[in-house]
Amino acid sequence: MIRIDAVTKRYPDGTVAVDGLSLEIPDRAITVLVGPSGCGKTTTLRMINRMVEPSEGSILLDGQDIRQQPVNTLRRSMGYVIQNAGLFQHRTILDNIATVPRLLGWSKQKARARAAELMERVGLDTSLAKRYPYQLSGGQQQRVGVARALAADPPVLLMDEPFSAVDPVVRKGLQDELLRIQDELGKTIVFVTHDIDEAVKLGTMVAVLRTGGRLAQFAPPAELLSVPADPFVEDFLGADRGIRRLSFFPSTELELHTAPVVAIDAGTEKLASGGEAAPCLLVTDTDGKPLGWGAPDDLAAGAIDRDRLLPFGRPFVPGKDSLRTALDGAVLSPTGWAVAVDEEGRAVGVVSQQMIGEAIRAAHAEGRPDAKAAR
Amino acid sequence: MNVLNFVHAFLSDSSHWHGYDGIPTRVGEHLHYTLQALAIAAAIALPVGLVTGHTVRGGNVLALVATAGRALPSFGLLVLLFIWIGFGLLPVMIPLVALAVPPILVTTFEAIRSVDPSPVDAARGMGMSETRVLFQVEIPVALPLILSGLLTAAIQIVSTATIAAYVSLGGLGRYIIDGLYQKNYEKVVGGATLVAGMALATLAVFWLVSRLTVSPGVRRSS
Repeated sequence: MIRIDAVTKRYPDGTVAVDGLSLEIPDRAITVLVGPSGCGKTTTLRMINRMVEPSEGSILLDGQDIRQQPVNTLRRSMGYVIQNAGLFQHRTILDNIATVPRLLGWSKQKARARAAELMERVGLDTSLAKRYPYQLSGGQQQRVGVARALAADPPVLLMDEPFSAVDPVVRKGLQDELLRIQDELGKTIVFVTHDIDEAVKLGTMVAVLRTGGRLAQFAPPAELLSVPADPFVEDFLGADRGIRRLSFFPSTELELHTAPVVAIDAGTEKLASGGEAAPCLLVTDTDGKPLGWGAPDDLAAGAIDRDRLLPFGRPFVPGKDSLRTALDGAVLSPTGWAVAVDEEGRAVGVVSQQMIGEAIRAAHAEGRPDAKAAR
Repeated sequence: MNVLNFVHAFLSDSSHWHGYDGIPTRVGEHLHYTLQALAIAAAIALPVGLVTGHTVRGGNVLALVATAGRALPSFGLLVLLFIWIGFGLLPVMIPLVALAVPPILVTTFEAIRSVDPSPVDAARGMGMSETRVLFQVEIPVALPLILSGLLTAAIQIVSTATIAAYVSLGGLGRYIIDGLYQKNYEKVVGGATLVAGMALATLAVFWLVSRLTVSPGVRRSS
């Protein structure tokens, strides 16, 4: 466990970057430091591997002051990932990843074998091994950065805004990849970001820091969203924290209606009878994949005109997606109903905004949200 | 008067190709002065440039030294030192080294200082010592620029080493000075051509060195 104990960082010109900060960073979990610029989150991270020395206070790693071991030994035992990856442009991808093992005195052959293994772990094609950083995209470079930090299998990983310089689509991919790697490896990760959505998505624990380097709140993300400690945290979480909190409630409890789901080749009788539960019918193709909504009368009148069906928004997968995704689907659909699909994309039922609303009220009444549903 | 005729006449005269005043001897002497001056200048300027560039300290002092060095007239210095020290290689070496130090020093400092700070930060964060950061991260990336500083210095030395002949030493300057004295323009032009040829050869050598030492990752991305 990393314990930050009453740490203050004051610069010679009088600016205080971190002010009396105390944090207990749990083992084998992702702890996110988040806050506006100037809140000292990066400084805090850099004090853990002594890139910055605190003016007051101490940092303990497994009960031992980090100043008790040589600085480079400490740093080699902690993976370090920074914004823009910071790759060595004169070294191949493989040799970039092999850096720390080589520093630790591994043979070139062993270090490279390990590096190749890590390329696969972070989802990089091994055919890129002999390339140079300039030949890779920003997202690929960042993956190399993560692989390089993991190379010597350090128990601790320090990540300083690692994904903030890539576009949103690539960022989402990298975040999912990090969660997958974390599930496999179970590192103690300290992650700095200014993006509260990223903090909520990745963090097991989230520390919100305020300008001036003081701790505003330290809590699991679901608790942060439901009970912000003060107006600053509330303001920082943004206007839609209620909606965002729904990410932590699973959609498994939703009661799905199957009656309004009809296949395109169903008989007129079936088309006419479906309309009791819902004002519209969800038409699927012969595989069961949703095509769109149609009015029962129109459908019963004769052949279905695919072009006249109403869009069905974005479907959700019950059990995998959260209530937030379900509600989003219902809000997007002009009928006000969300479509549930299985993993293969076949419609398994529909659910109305009202029914989702009831599920939300029930979930709130039950209290604690399910932390796993966020993913 | 045709310059090419002079060059042709000078180079095709077989008597110019052997003996103590032959082309091989003079080229050898010139090369000797050049390499010696470049080696001394590099030994002074490279370490200072590398360390100041790495620590980003002393940039102002460096600029001052460089400007002062550039303002020194090589020929004036040579005559002064010759009167002061007397006959020998030393009065020739000092002006040549003084000429070569500023470009090496300033480019090396700038080359190291302008290395992208993020890989340097990553290297430190991964536990590289300062020496390793300099030799394994900064120098490989800064190498093309460092070599260009050395190249500038080398070319300046090649062309300026002709002044050695003024104080009765050898080198290609011998042909130019003797030729002027003897009003033998064939010799003057021939000597000047050889100096130009050596400068081009220097360029070729540096191009080759840079091909062999600069990583393809750096060459292509900068």
